[in-house]
Amino acid sequence: MATESENLEGLVNRRYEHGFVTDIETESLPPGLDENVVRAISARKNEPEWLLEWRLQAYRQWLEMKEPEWAHLHYPKIEYDQISYYAAPKSDEDRPKSLDEVDPKLLETYDKLGIPLHERARLAGVAVDAVFDSVSVATTFKDKLADAGVIFCSFSEAVIEHPELVKQYLGSVVPRRDNYFAALNSAVFSDGSFVYIPKGVRCPMELSTYFRINAANTGQFERTLIVADEGSYVSYLEGCTAPMRDENQLHAAIVELVALDDAEIKYSTVQNWYPGDENGVGGIYNFVTKRGDCRGRNSKISWTQVETGSAITWKYPSCLLRGENSVGEFYSVAVTNNRQQADTGTKMIHIGRNTRSTIVSKGISAGKAQQSYRGLVRVMPQAAGARNHTQCDSLLIGKDCGAHTFPYMEIKHPSAKIEHEATTSKISADQLFYCRQRGISEEDAVNMIVNGFCKEVFKELPMEFAVEAQALLNVSLEGAVG
Amino acid sequence: MLEIKNLKSRIGDSEILRGLSLSVNAGEVHAIMGPNGSGKSTLAQVVAGHEDYEVTGGSVTFKGQDLLELEPEERARNGIFLGFQYPVEIPGVNNAYLLKAALNAKRKHHGLDEIDAFEFLKLAKEKMATLGMDPKFLNRGVNEGFSGGEKKRNEILQMAMLEPELAILDETDSGLDIDALKAVAQGVNSLRGPERAIILVTHYQRLLDYIEPDFVHVLSQGQIIKSGDKTLAHELEEKGYDWVREAATG
Repeated sequence: MATESENLEGLVNRRYEHGFVTDIETESLPPGLDENVVRAISARKNEPEWLLEWRLQAYRQWLEMKEPEWAHLHYPKIEYDQISYYAAPKSDEDRPKSLDEVDPKLLETYDKLGIPLHERARLAGVAVDAVFDSVSVATTFKDKLADAGVIFCSFSEAVIEHPELVKQYLGSVVPRRDNYFAALNSAVFSDGSFVYIPKGVRCPMELSTYFRINAANTGQFERTLIVADEGSYVSYLEGCTAPMRDENQLHAAIVELVALDDAEIKYSTVQNWYPGDENGVGGIYNFVTKRGDCRGRNSKISWTQVETGSAITWKYPSCLLRGENSVGEFYSVAVTNNRQQADTGTKMIHIGRNTRSTIVSKGISAGKAQQSYRGLVRVMPQAAGARNHTQCDSLLIGKDCGAHTFPYMEIKHPSAKIEHEATTSKISADQLFYCRQRGISEEDAVNMIVNGFCKEVFKELPMEFAVEAQALLNVSLEGAVG
Repeated sequence: MLEIKNLKSRIGDSEILRGLSLSVNAGEVHAIMGPNGSGKSTLAQVVAGHEDYEVTGGSVTFKGQDLLELEPEERARNGIFLGFQYPVEIPGVNNAYLLKAALNAKRKHHGLDEIDAFEFLKLAKEKMATLGMDPKFLNRGVNEGFSGGEKKRNEILQMAMLEPELAILDETDSGLDIDALKAVAQGVNSLRGPERAIILVTHYQRLLDYIEPDFVHVLSQGQIIKSGDKTLAHELEEKGYDWVREAATG
């Protein structure tokens, strides 16, 4: 319909709200990657010899690997030699001891993102480990967490302070040569977060990390490792943004989660990396490996994500359901607009007996965006009584976008119960007119319909994140009509 | 209140309204009748502002204001309500949420504060009781999986909540059993008042047994060819539309 497509043209005219650049001196390594760069990163972080060796092996493995091409994504070849693999705020030499010592401009940046570390975080009861480019700048609430025995620190700090834990779990969920981007990350990862929840401890607050890519031409290779010991519980929030750049920036992160007997990890992401402009110039290439290992009996790992950003997204948060009765969940809302492309989904690998998994994926495409859901449910021969329910819904806004679904099911046990439901729907001109006839503006109507579509996922998010996610969605689809 | 003069409108290449004139005052109930394809629904859609219908001539004013200048949502906030013939489903959007958003959009337009959740719920439950609707409807998706009768009742509920000055009900009686028809009629009648006008677009006389119109108009080929009082509806029921058409052309 002519009027509909005209209206939807306006969708293209939204702007990226977090596209400011903070003017802080950063110390970067020159572009390019070889063993010396890996050594330099390791040396800069005063890493022990074993970790340097670990990185070097990853680097050598990476050299032998090929970039995957199976995804439903189209982008120019990434020139790995043109990327700088390390950028840290200048103050690296004498790291701030408290928030007062943190560069005010940096704090301002967080303010603009709506996460003032000292005030809102405290009010919200959220401990924030903020990763600015590659080095963790400040961590709040350490004392309170320490009382509970919870370790929540930057990855670099964990390497120095808790080497035994890092050594035990690093790469135990995502092996170095798991895939091309995982190998790259393992060689050059700069920083990230480390969490350890001791036996029987329920983490007294929600833990949160904000990632933000600032320096031009730097890749961000953070690495997160969360270990929930027997009977413990933690809820972890991750938010990401990046400033506007003409060039594409590479982001290849790894998240590893380990849940031991009766432990539960809830991992929530709001990802708002710069998606590029309406012509597809700039934007983040987001190639992330996220995997949770339900290693213990009755353990549970739950991924909830709201993804509105990145030019290219390649991401499949997965669960290895090893422990008997363990539970994996994946709740996802992915929005692609303009020329964004996303190939995303999940993998649920049922290994233990009576393991259960739930997948709820909501994809929203607008503009000329292409989105694919790719989900694997594998039931191993020993996984008697495994159950999976998958629900995969796509919502299209306009007629130039696309949604694709690639479900894979490999069932090796006859007792498995697997359900898969999929729908594709459009925001119709009739729905919009109906709402407008009731006095609701077109934009509010679109937001209302989109939020209704995503409701099942939003209700899985922690409260303050749900509000943010909803606001973010509205911004992403700003000017979608009218 | 509503002045339509020589209105011409088309959708795509086909001209549907061909010089329609109608004047509706506050306090009046008008019934627009006519055979299929005569332009009844088009009239309703054009007044509400549906963008698929192109207005090619004539004028429409509402409370002295040029209506054709306004966006659909502005018309709604100014007091025009259209009860749809085929209310659309909006999955996942809760009925109460839409209702509240609509009410608040109107209140905001009139410089009023948003209604608080408690007050809203009280009001909605009151109105639902009079329409014989289960309060559970509030928590269901808008028209999602509703039966035909439930959808129509839901339209009347929205109307009752929004208290429009001009309500246009497009074939609200179609597909209703007798109980639903009575409930809908009761809802409409309770809204009748000296400050409001109602236009009933209908195919059959049946609805008019329950909602007595002040005026009945016969629409044919995009024009009103005969107007009268409620007895005209009975005549139509007996004789069909052809005699009016013949009388008009002959």
